[in-house]
Amino acid sequence: MNMKPIYLDHAATTPTAPEVVQAMLPYLEGTYGNASSLHSFGREAKAAVETARGRIASFMHARPEEIVFTSGGTESDNFIIKGIALSRKDRGNHIITSSIEHHAVLETCDFLRKQGFSVSFLPVDSNGLVNPDDVKKAMTNKTILITVMHGNNEIGTIEPIAEIGSIAREHGVAFHTDAVQTFGHVPIDVDELKVDCLSASAHKLHGPKGVGLAYIRAGTKITPLLHGGDQEKRRRASTLNVPGIVGFGRAVDLAGTEMHTESSRQSALRDRLMEGLLAEINDTRINGHPIRRLPNNANLSFAFVEGEGLLLSLDMEGIAVSTGSACTSSSLEPSHVLSAIGVPVELAHGSLRFTLGRDTTREDIERVLRVMPGIVHRLRAMSPLARKGAVS
Amino acid sequence: MRQTGPYNEKVMDHFRNPRNAGELENPNGIGTAGNPVCGDIMEISIRIEDEVIKDVRFRTFGCGAAIATSSMVTELVKNKTIDEALAVSNRAVAEALGGLPPVKMHCSVLAEEALRSAIDDFRRRQGNS
Repeated sequence: MNMKPIYLDHAATTPTAPEVVQAMLPYLEGTYGNASSLHSFGREAKAAVETARGRIASFMHARPEEIVFTSGGTESDNFIIKGIALSRKDRGNHIITSSIEHHAVLETCDFLRKQGFSVSFLPVDSNGLVNPDDVKKAMTNKTILITVMHGNNEIGTIEPIAEIGSIAREHGVAFHTDAVQTFGHVPIDVDELKVDCLSASAHKLHGPKGVGLAYIRAGTKITPLLHGGDQEKRRRASTLNVPGIVGFGRAVDLAGTEMHTESSRQSALRDRLMEGLLAEINDTRINGHPIRRLPNNANLSFAFVEGEGLLLSLDMEGIAVSTGSACTSSSLEPSHVLSAIGVPVELAHGSLRFTLGRDTTREDIERVLRVMPGIVHRLRAMSPLARKGAVS
Repeated sequence: MRQTGPYNEKVMDHFRNPRNAGELENPNGIGTAGNPVCGDIMEISIRIEDEVIKDVRFRTFGCGAAIATSSMVTELVKNKTIDEALAVSNRAVAEALGGLPPVKMHCSVLAEEALRSAIDDFRRRQGNS
């Protein structure tokens, strides 16, 4: 297979931008100081970290001291949810979240439930939206934290964060959003979103893996996850990942310049992909919100076939996508997100997620549209579920 | 063996070029196993003459391993006697494919079940005729 590989799994991770690699190299080579050291080596590293922190803070309309660097989205979610729950446990033990969160949130909430907290998992509508009224109704005098994701990683739906934030403020409840999929892709203003805490990860916006951030609004008390050092104003002990943070800063610079043009370019290609697949292949549905969705996300279900077969067939063509089902993991359960929006289980098994990026071209999308009907046709011809004559 | 994704080359070969895919024109036994809710369903149709599986086809809704195990089980039992076919275990199917990832072993179980179900159906039909 000599065709150019086509990577359409940017929600999993993105290629590190060359500009990011260039920015990081000096901190992997000569400038190796520990940012906590008082000597010149340490000061040089610290200056680089603080420059990045300042740029990232201004990108999200936050103050530099409100940013805590972490190892990534999962750690940020764990730190914020556990840290807020522990710091407010004398006020209450109730947490509100949605049923379509990333596992880093869902399993953290589940963990807290086993520790004596109670958790409400709110339903979503058929487009994947949380209803702010449901948040209001779920509120009790024991509620201490609401955590609802900004953009869903599977179906791309963008949640009404500001509306939920208003409710949280009225009740004096801390509000966290997992913005791992939106950070660097749609504008983020922590004041407009009315969030107290936010999680983001560098490698989703062409930054390096292993670095992320937790935004903690000034005045929000939080118990650390990692103890053992004064770093990050004692909110996260551990030697700072200087090259990673510098790379994260550069990635945010790029996002700041390119986000608006890229989001309209990618959403046009994404629409072409979804419309083309719907037109060319019978018994296909689009999952997620028609308008309120991430610019780069397309999620579709193809009836009568199973997602892994589609994924492997596309992989043979050099096209990398992801399944909407969990079949590649040890679980046979289909995606909790597709279940929550009411996709019938057998249809959920035949779901694919295509996520575009700054390297995706029009020709890439046209090639997917050329090969996809044949792949679905071949698998449907083998499927006992396909109605005779229904094979497209 | 070279790996493509979670599977070795032999599994991928059976996924890419499945043997005996489709439906028999005139089967005298049809069996199914699994269900679409779990994400796997296999249907095996057989034509048995003089206690020998003269022809066999499969149709499968499922992952790459499900398609490959269906393909392999049909290859293993074609032109075998009923007794020989019944001796083919799920492990034998998995071994003939050069192994499956542990989470995919259930696919080989389904292949064995679908085959047994087709043979049972054949016997039921014989008993009634």
